[in-house]
Amino acid sequence: MPVDEVVQQARRDLAPVPRVPGAPKADALLVADGVRRSFGGVNAVDVEHLEVQRHVITALIGPNGAGKTTFFNLMTGFDKPDAGRWDFDGTSLAGVTASRVAKTGMVRTFQLTKALARMTVLDNMRLGARSQPGEGLFTALVKPLWAPREREITDKAMSLLERFKLDTKKDDFAGELSGGQRKLLEMARALMSDPTLVMLDEPMAGVNPALTQSLLGHITDLRDTGTTVLFVEHDMHMVRHISDWVVVMAQGRVVAEGPPSEVMADQAVIDAYLGAHHDMDLGDDALLDEGGVIDAEADAEAAAEVPTPTEEKAP
Amino acid sequence: MDFGQLATNVLTEMLGPTAIAYALAAIGLNIHFGLTGLINMGQAGFMLLGAYGFAISTIQGAPVWLAFLVAVAAAVVFALLLGLPTLKLRGDYLAIVTIAAAEIVRMIGRSTALTEVTGGAEGLTGNSFKATFQDASPFPDDRWTLGPITLATNASNSWWLRIVGWGLVLLACLFVWRLVRSPWGRVLKGIREDEDAVRALGKNVYGYKLQALVLGGIFGALGGVVFVLASSVQADSLGRPVTFNTWTILLLGGAATVLGPVLGSLLFWAALVFVRGFLRGVIPPDTLSVQQIEQIGWVLVGLTLMALIVFRPQGILGDKKELAINAR
Amino acid sequence: MRAVACRDRSVALRRGAGGLLLTLLTALSTLGVVGPAHAATAPCSPDDATACLNVTVTVPGTGPAAGVDLTVAGQGAAPVQVTTDDAGKASVALTAAGDYTVTVDEATLPAGTTLKDPAANPATVTVALGRAAGRIVQVLPPGADGAVEASPTDDTGATATPDDADAAGGDAEAGAEAESSAEASAAPGTNRYAQLLLAGTVFGLLLALASLGANLIYGTTGLSNFAHGELVTLGGMVAFLAVQRAHLPLWLAIILATAAGALLGWFLNRFLFRPLRRRGVGITQQMIVTIGLSLALVSAYLFFFSAQPRPVVSGISQRMQLGPVQISAQSLVSVSIAVAVLALVAFVLARTRTGRATRAVSDNPALAAATGIKVESVISQVWVVSAALASLGGVLLSLYLNTTRFNFGSTLLLLMFAAITLGGLGSPLGAVIGALVIGLVVELSTLVLPNDMRYASALVILILVLLVRPQGILGRAERIG
Repeated sequence: MPVDEVVQQARRDLAPVPRVPGAPKADALLVADGVRRSFGGVNAVDVEHLEVQRHVITALIGPNGAGKTTFFNLMTGFDKPDAGRWDFDGTSLAGVTASRVAKTGMVRTFQLTKALARMTVLDNMRLGARSQPGEGLFTALVKPLWAPREREITDKAMSLLERFKLDTKKDDFAGELSGGQRKLLEMARALMSDPTLVMLDEPMAGVNPALTQSLLGHITDLRDTGTTVLFVEHDMHMVRHISDWVVVMAQGRVVAEGPPSEVMADQAVIDAYLGAHHDMDLGDDALLDEGGVIDAEADAEAAAEVPTPTEEKAP
Repeated sequence: MDFGQLATNVLTEMLGPTAIAYALAAIGLNIHFGLTGLINMGQAGFMLLGAYGFAISTIQGAPVWLAFLVAVAAAVVFALLLGLPTLKLRGDYLAIVTIAAAEIVRMIGRSTALTEVTGGAEGLTGNSFKATFQDASPFPDDRWTLGPITLATNASNSWWLRIVGWGLVLLACLFVWRLVRSPWGRVLKGIREDEDAVRALGKNVYGYKLQALVLGGIFGALGGVVFVLASSVQADSLGRPVTFNTWTILLLGGAATVLGPVLGSLLFWAALVFVRGFLRGVIPPDTLSVQQIEQIGWVLVGLTLMALIVFRPQGILGDKKELAINAR
Repeated sequence: MRAVACRDRSVALRRGAGGLLLTLLTALSTLGVVGPAHAATAPCSPDDATACLNVTVTVPGTGPAAGVDLTVAGQGAAPVQVTTDDAGKASVALTAAGDYTVTVDEATLPAGTTLKDPAANPATVTVALGRAAGRIVQVLPPGADGAVEASPTDDTGATATPDDADAAGGDAEAGAEAESSAEASAAPGTNRYAQLLLAGTVFGLLLALASLGANLIYGTTGLSNFAHGELVTLGGMVAFLAVQRAHLPLWLAIILATAAGALLGWFLNRFLFRPLRRRGVGITQQMIVTIGLSLALVSAYLFFFSAQPRPVVSGISQRMQLGPVQISAQSLVSVSIAVAVLALVAFVLARTRTGRATRAVSDNPALAAATGIKVESVISQVWVVSAALASLGGVLLSLYLNTTRFNFGSTLLLLMFAAITLGGLGSPLGAVIGALVIGLVVELSTLVLPNDMRYASALVILILVLLVRPQGILGRAERIG
């Protein structure tokens, strides 16, 4: 089946899923069971059961301190849980180190962008690639052993950079990019290894609103080309707009699951998260309406998108 | 004030075994710190182990090539022992552990308990371990003059040692140059920037750091061998001050560059010898003794290190943009 | 932003340069007070055709042995006879490299003294052209067993030539590890284990005093101060000058030493570290600055005081019997001072506003500043107090160890780091506990290890702690963000 049909099918498969925390999914890529982590007596994460559907965009939302980043850290091997097991694509990842987790195809980005500042953009990208024999100490000494693969990697890096509109910056140091550009770089770099699941930790944080649209576009592109996406976010508009499924965490537990429109109306979510401000107008929703307006705007933005250095200097 | 003699002394020292040894040690340290961001404050420990390895195996009858191998092996073992448990630690913890480890090596080496093996505080005298190296020389035993410098061809501080030494330095530089421009070097640079990011890209950070530690240690050990081939193996002559000098040399020349360590070593020794010689020539001996002039030299070294790290941390050859100092 | 940075930098430069100049001038001017450190033996200058053999005869803990006759023979040349000068040194210029024997004429040793190692007389020394070889001969004072145990096992090598890469601390540094205190020796009438326990506790308390400062500095600024050992040495040096040169009473000397430490601490913060912090110089860079500072200071001490170990007070303090152990009155007073000061610091940290402010800054400087705490002023106070504590600890430690030398602080540096790391970086109480443990380990290890490896056991503990529990006993574990 061609990719977009697979993706459409996956999105449709979400319809009959019960709107309860820990609901089983038709084709779960990531399954977590009984994952617990506490810091000095405080339960940071206490997830009984969570399944992430393949080929869709799942959003993980919740108030600050709900345990979202900790959950990310646990799943990707950057932290050790007190208890629990989780499977990725059928393989158990409990106790697996962070680098091995990344090798299985589950790649994450960080809340505080980790663009490697003193390396060039292109080098950043090349670093993201897999199976470069030159990365071994002894093979590195013999250039012909790794030069061909290096060319392949560079080509792939350039095509990704073009897609993310960073190709003109390929020889600049990553530290010279603006905050938003660094986010894009991190995302592009994560894609170099063709991951199965991309976990984005607050991809919108610190990005200037003009770039938000293109970022949204990139994320939906990811899904449409077959990559599963799980992201943490606070921006409710974004969540409502692009996610296929929403998981709500509060105080370490999953309190609600469902499609965005329904989850927002769930009383438990409102209590835990949105509080008294849930019907306050947080922005212009018209921008996010489906249809011609957004596509035209996005195109115009893409064409005009050459952010001048002075505007976008990172602090 | 005989400037001619002073100039000759400076030239002799600048190209001499001490400068070579420190250049090799600084190249090793460059792999640790310049390339990977590891704060190794125990490079002298690697040098000392290399020296002991070479000397002791020679005394036990090993041929010169085997003795070199033993020196290298000692460094590898030490690096593994050090690195396996500690590379998971934060930067300044690693600094403390490496200092402590180097001190332990020194204390064990000079301890009276091991006098039979290591010579204790007195160390191993030159005659006991230099013969195989000197015999390996293709030159006849003599004294030769090249320009203003007259040296023995084979004995201790000799032309042979300098040729071998600078040859080693050249090989080391080529090696580093190759590695820096390779994907392996790229991973190390990434680790220097941010380990977690590199982990998230599927690289086994721990393994890479270990490799860097071992490689840098090997060069330190070779430096130690060159050092003692010109004098004797004494634990106290390869102590903490040697590590600190190596750091000064690395930062002076420029960390994370290929030729920085070599340039640093040349300049460091030239300057130190010049200053000392100049002061000795100019200040009469009853005002300041020779030892005191030497201490002035070291005070200046300390001040230079401080000034360097504050005002020009990239050293002479370094690139300010690629500044290799990381505030972890 | 650049313009501001330039201006700040030039101001910092001027101030820093001014400060350095002031230090240098002050330091040089004290040359008059201290006097030249060596008597005038015509220094033998090694060059291409000459090798030097320098022999020093010394009575450890007291000073040089003058007027001792030595014979140097070898390499087919006629034996040369020399006599040690007022500094206990004799120098022989030789024109052929190789092995020479050095024989001490025991009849010419100072009255009542004997060679420490008679089997090593005559000794063989190897010389090479263009270099100086050294030999130190140690001589025991009359009645030297019992009260003072091991003497510093000095090593060979006066480094007069540019060839030697031996740096300031390199050679003579070694001896200090073997120095032990009067308390650690097992005199008749004491239980060895109990005595060692006592010695360990005393040493640990004094070490706690000396290392607490480093912990406070780390806590408030995040800086691992590698020059802390030199602050400790300063205390010993100033006390030595006050007692032995200016003939002041000991209690005054202690006060002066503490004040000197406080002054240096203030100075370093004001003219070195504060400008660095203002420039935004990173912690790793600052740490390397402290390394350079340590090297400069140690060399300066060596310059002014030479490598001789110096006693702060002459004479041995009265020993008292307390059950199964003996302790000298001096040590008892030292310990009391240490405990009192530690208690005072604990009180200040826990109960006073300054203490609370210090703890706040340790925890989170940005937040502390946001609540109105003057962070810079807190840091300045911490530097003053820390350096004062270090110097006070230095005096008490040099009294305890019966001697002070240019590098005894830097040899203790690692022990102090071990104590702080064991207790938990940033936790003052932890530093005290850690120091006690280290003190006990160091002394008790002599039961199984040779004396000169005592410090090694503490270092092994340091490494083990860092592996098993890097945050130490009382520290907090770090979280990955």
